[in-house]
Amino acid sequence: MKLRRSMLFVPGDNAAMLSTSFIYKPDSIMFDLEDAVSPREKDSARLLVFQALQHPVYRDIETVVRINSLSTEFGRKDLEAAIRGGANVVRLPKTESPEAIRELDTHVTRIEIACGRPVGDTKLMAAIESASGVVNAVAIATASPRMIAIAMAGFDYLVDMHTRRSDDWQPELFYARAAVLHAARAAHIDAFDVVYGNVNDDEGFMREVKIAKQLGFNGKSLIHPKQVYLLHRAYAPTQDEVDHARRVIAAAEEALRNGLGVVSLDGKMIDPPVLKEAEMTLQLAEAA
Amino acid sequence: MTSSLTPLQSPDSVLGQSQPFTGATAQTPYLDAVDTKLHRKLCGSIEEAIERSGLKDGMTISFHHAFREGDKVVNRVVDTLARLGFKNLTLASSSLLSCHDPLVDHVKSGVITQIYTSGMRGKLAEAISNGLMARPVQVHSHGGRVHLLQTGELQIDVAFLAVACCDEFGNANGTHGRLNCGSLGYAKVDAQFARQVVVLTEEVVDFPNHPASISQDRVDWIVKLDEVGDPSKISAGAARVTNNARELLIARNATDVIEHSGYFVDGFSMQTGSGAAATAATRFLEERMTRRGIKASFALGGVTGGIADLHKKGLIKTVVDVQSFDQDAAESLRTSSGHLEISANEYANPTSKAAYVDRVNMVILSALEIDLDFNVNVITGSDGVMRGASGGHCDVAAAADLTIIVAPLVRSRIPTVVRRVTTRLTPGESVDVVVTDQGIAVNRNRPEVEQRLRDARLPVMTIEELHERAVTLTGEPEPLEFTDRIVGVVRYRDGSVIDVVRQVKG
Amino acid sequence: MKIVKEAIAGTLESSDLLVKVAPSDTREIVIKSEVFKQFGKQIARVVEETLDQLSVKAGSVVIEDKGALDCVIRARVQAATLRGSGSEDLDWRRLS
Repeated sequence: MKLRRSMLFVPGDNAAMLSTSFIYKPDSIMFDLEDAVSPREKDSARLLVFQALQHPVYRDIETVVRINSLSTEFGRKDLEAAIRGGANVVRLPKTESPEAIRELDTHVTRIEIACGRPVGDTKLMAAIESASGVVNAVAIATASPRMIAIAMAGFDYLVDMHTRRSDDWQPELFYARAAVLHAARAAHIDAFDVVYGNVNDDEGFMREVKIAKQLGFNGKSLIHPKQVYLLHRAYAPTQDEVDHARRVIAAAEEALRNGLGVVSLDGKMIDPPVLKEAEMTLQLAEAA
Repeated sequence: MTSSLTPLQSPDSVLGQSQPFTGATAQTPYLDAVDTKLHRKLCGSIEEAIERSGLKDGMTISFHHAFREGDKVVNRVVDTLARLGFKNLTLASSSLLSCHDPLVDHVKSGVITQIYTSGMRGKLAEAISNGLMARPVQVHSHGGRVHLLQTGELQIDVAFLAVACCDEFGNANGTHGRLNCGSLGYAKVDAQFARQVVVLTEEVVDFPNHPASISQDRVDWIVKLDEVGDPSKISAGAARVTNNARELLIARNATDVIEHSGYFVDGFSMQTGSGAAATAATRFLEERMTRRGIKASFALGGVTGGIADLHKKGLIKTVVDVQSFDQDAAESLRTSSGHLEISANEYANPTSKAAYVDRVNMVILSALEIDLDFNVNVITGSDGVMRGASGGHCDVAAAADLTIIVAPLVRSRIPTVVRRVTTRLTPGESVDVVVTDQGIAVNRNRPEVEQRLRDARLPVMTIEELHERAVTLTGEPEPLEFTDRIVGVVRYRDGSVIDVVRQVKG
Repeated sequence: MKIVKEAIAGTLESSDLLVKVAPSDTREIVIKSEVFKQFGKQIARVVEETLDQLSVKAGSVVIEDKGALDCVIRARVQAATLRGSGSEDLDWRRLS
């Protein structure tokens, strides 16, 4: 299973960041052509991202391109650059409806055929940034077989909801987080929590990571590379959890060897979900 | 009249050439009058001190660099010497920084014709790299400088030593004035070896001033100046705590290496430099020390606020300070009895009767280049132009049990791990681990360390793999072309020549 | 592709470069770089290849490089050329 704890944002027009961001080893890197790039630099940033995507250093890392909305003059060109450059995933911002995903899917297929990529190779994810996006989250999450994740984006959403970010357990984001997460889980895809904007406040960031992890998010979108390490550390299982997971796996292997259909540990039966969780724990420990 | 002293007149007397007593102050007339007895060292101006010191053309003058980029003394004194018409002087400063760019003009006009220093930056370094001086600059380490003074290759005629405060006998320190630079570790050496010592102070305070980092019996002349340094620039570039993710990543890797090296045990000793990654590593060490319940016996070196903080928290028992990199370090030296001020001779001289570096377990040092044989360059950029400082690099690298070099693998398009360093300063035999943002390499002669780091699942690879990775990003650099002209001589800590810097073509 | 007007792409930030193109009867390339001694030839080769791919036969191209990697150089030269050509349609195959 592909781990998706960290999705690091890299502004598409920042040559220095594009030249170094792989060193932080996030699970995914997102080259941004949307909000981080001013309208007059869109063309240049698009080419920069197109070139960076083809660099060997990004071969071992999942690459995501956040394109501009297809309703803008930039969207389709961004998509060409992303798919032809070899991006693994296209992230659509401000997704309000499943139709937007289906439209995107059609364009992706067209470009994949044109450039000789296998159809279906390019994956999609949607960012939910409005009340209607949250309400349509299930339909969005299941709108295309290309969908691998949805991401909650807080800033525009909170404006839409007539509120603002608070510090403690963040009630203002509670419904949206829960809705997006449920949509993702129902669709069997991944879910990313919002970015944490104050890059000077590591403690605040860690508080928010705790909330996301406890709710069940796979991870977060990140705007500063130093947050990658902090996030991965927070998602690392404890030694007790790792030890327990190892025993669960060992018991399962033992049962398999003995031809037993039922796995048990310390006299208690182990259900398949528990086994799956143990595997996940060991994968997280390995990557921590 | 005959007396018991009559035999003194006889040429074959057992008393030899000794003079007969003729009065309590006959041989020391300056002790006769109160004015000269108590106040004779005070000079009204730098000019007066220069005149009374007996400085002549062709002699050697010295300075220290505890005020770093805030230094106001070197330029002022050399300007004065130029105005007075001095020529052909040798300048021996413990280091030179960007604020010393004006020296270029004094080299051009022949006031200064030879330089000894541990480092150079800015326009002066560039001009000398491009052939400004007929005689090459001698680049020594902090320990090696003391060695050159001991052997007599370097003989200081007049030392001009900036201090925070001093009394009228010359008892001086860097910690108790309005303007504090902390340790006077380099100045202490010059005060010991120079024929004449001029102290330049911001404040003349009541006698006796203490602590006396520089003692009255080493001081010949005192000049009070309005300012000897700019406090806002003293810690420039040194103690910053970085928010730079790459430096933090390197620092974390370095901290991992320290933790799993085998030397991270209760009572260990360490030195961390002033680079951003080294400073951040100091911060990360706190957590690892607390978690493992271990404390350091001492931290050596250029001292940062981070080290002072661990000392305050009881995690480092003793701080041994040759140079304080920032105000927090200076304040710690002023207030803590466990924070010691030492001279460069006590710090790092290989021919000292005892040097602290010899008891250091682990050190973190930075580099401009590291090559496949682990040789380190901190002097020249990859364009062949001098821009760095030797500092204590080769001293502590040679002495420490574990020498860790930290550097980003690539700086913009410049690879840090290279086939061959442009200039060799610290030999590969002194270097144990190279820590970059993209991997860690261990010297082949330390297989046990490599095994420990691999066991801890750190990203260990060979130095060749690191080099290859760098070149994948940057491309293979074309070799520089040099002329035959030698512009710099790199002196190893024992005085031997480990490399030369040649002028770059074009 | 023909350069019909002056255009600029890129920045003078570290690891980036500024590319200025202008109409000219011949193809002239001027390169200034912080790393010229070590990488001057390689930079020139990348610029030439990128212009060849776009079939730029004439035009003045002035580069001020701050230690950019090859992929960044390619992207900025492409961006400046496309801006200077006034062309809106991209042939992506010529850009890779």
